[in-house]
Amino acid sequence: MIGYFARRLAAIVPVAIGVATLTFLIIHIVPGDPVTAMLGESAAPADIVGMRHRLGLDRPILVQYGAFLKGLAEGDLGQSIVYRRPVSRIIAERYPATLELAAAGMLVALVVALPLGFIAGSRPGGAGDIASMGFAIAGISIPHIYLGPLLMILFSLDLRWLPLTGRGGLAHLLLPAITLGTALAAILARMLRQSLVAVRESDYIRTAVSKGLTARAALIRHGLRNSLTSVVTLVGLQIGGLLSGALITEVIFSWPGIGRLLISAIGLRDYPLVEGCVLAFAMTYVVVNLLTDVVYGLIDPRVRYA
Amino acid sequence: MSGAARSVSLALGGSLVAILVLAAIAGPLIVRADPNAIDLANSLAAPSAGHPFGCDQLGRDVLARVLWGARLSLFVAIVVVIASAAIGTLIGVSAGLASERIDNLIMRGVDIVLAFPGILLAIALAAILGPGIRDLVIALVAMGWTGYARIVRGEVLTLREREYVVAARTLGARPPRLVLRHLLPGVAGPLAVQATFGIGGIIGAEAALSFLGLGVMPPTPSWGNMLDAGRAFLLVAPHLTTAPGLAIGISILGFNLMGDGIAQLIGIRN
Repeated sequence: MIGYFARRLAAIVPVAIGVATLTFLIIHIVPGDPVTAMLGESAAPADIVGMRHRLGLDRPILVQYGAFLKGLAEGDLGQSIVYRRPVSRIIAERYPATLELAAAGMLVALVVALPLGFIAGSRPGGAGDIASMGFAIAGISIPHIYLGPLLMILFSLDLRWLPLTGRGGLAHLLLPAITLGTALAAILARMLRQSLVAVRESDYIRTAVSKGLTARAALIRHGLRNSLTSVVTLVGLQIGGLLSGALITEVIFSWPGIGRLLISAIGLRDYPLVEGCVLAFAMTYVVVNLLTDVVYGLIDPRVRYA
Repeated sequence: MSGAARSVSLALGGSLVAILVLAAIAGPLIVRADPNAIDLANSLAAPSAGHPFGCDQLGRDVLARVLWGARLSLFVAIVVVIASAAIGTLIGVSAGLASERIDNLIMRGVDIVLAFPGILLAIALAAILGPGIRDLVIALVAMGWTGYARIVRGEVLTLREREYVVAARTLGARPPRLVLRHLLPGVAGPLAVQATFGIGGIIGAEAALSFLGLGVMPPTPSWGNMLDAGRAFLLVAPHLTTAPGLAIGISILGFNLMGDGIAQLIGIRN
């Protein structure tokens, strides 16, 4: 058991270093000079040299890379050019908002997907199945950038039930969470349906029914549990989509998380902050993947010994 | 999915995609309005006979802009998918045929690119490369090739042990011939499915990047930047977001249904 977790933990170290390296390469090697971009094409050469020196960009690339990795290990992501504060501190302030949104989006997805998937999977071909899967197809196809404004028009501007933008209590959270969670709900509902349809044919369900359980009770008592492991797997696989969806949702609803921070940092050409936000997103994904593996190992012993 | 549902999704998806392609090719020829012609007298005009989808804040015809946006979206998506599939196939075949060490090395590289959630890598690249269609394509390809590489590698690992491939190798077929004659035909099916879903995915990603101001820049019409501009007028002119929003949704729906249909048709579970 401990061996399994240690192996998983060890496996993410190279990926984490790789992610940091690729982020570094994108910011430092890709054509396009951040300093010229920050100061503008007409900046005085002396200003450009000064800024390059201040950011440490005049050092050899390997030295910069070494300093970058060392700083990363110590939690130091450099100084924001615009805010003139440590990047790590700015990100730490905004990070809870992103986590809150992602968690709420996941909750919406599960609350919607589990009943829909069950209704669809317990009677394939029935009216409930067709309606649920119709929702699922629509949910997968509607992009965040359209669903968000649509919900704003309906619930904030027309009905005036919910606030338009910003972060506050539950009322502020609802529309962004629905915007973010809908696509995932659709994907999970489809998966649960598919899995339940397969389970319905299995011997243990037939046995349970022949022992006197109704088909629906057998599916709830025995089928659902088995189908849920595939849902957990899929949740893990979809976290990446959830995180990048959160980034876009934050921009739509002016949600003060690291997604909106990243996009505004790009606009302000604050490259240390851009680098920090990209790393924060990618590392979150790496860690969440590790946690998913751990949860999976706890649920299903076969995984631990594989 | 039952046989009937399969043919329904293939037919419906195929029809939606056909409409999209037709709109992209013929639309701008039929609707002759200049998508960039400013007419402030018609600013935020509601849909009417003269302007079926209404006008935007600068009085530009929304229908014309949606149709030109279709052309651009589809063009970007197809170029990105072809380039991603080509690069992914090359890397996937190389990994699948290489020694275990090289294969491991390549796949760890793929893992690192995949560790960037969703469109984050494209956002980071677009941020540094700057806006513009060429750089947008580069950013989307950098994000998109990994899926193809994984699929092709997986297929090649299975196919290379098949008797006909072993026989060809025993008979002295060189790697290029082996790949072109014996391996690629075997991976064509899964690649086609991935590419069909991929076009829908790239249409969504391109729209998202343009929405964020990192892709196609105004005044060039793209569904993403139209949605972004329309957000400021949600209350007074909701048609500005409805038209491009539905266009994106219907396009993604079409390619998703078509991908589902093709996958079922050739017997691939996705």
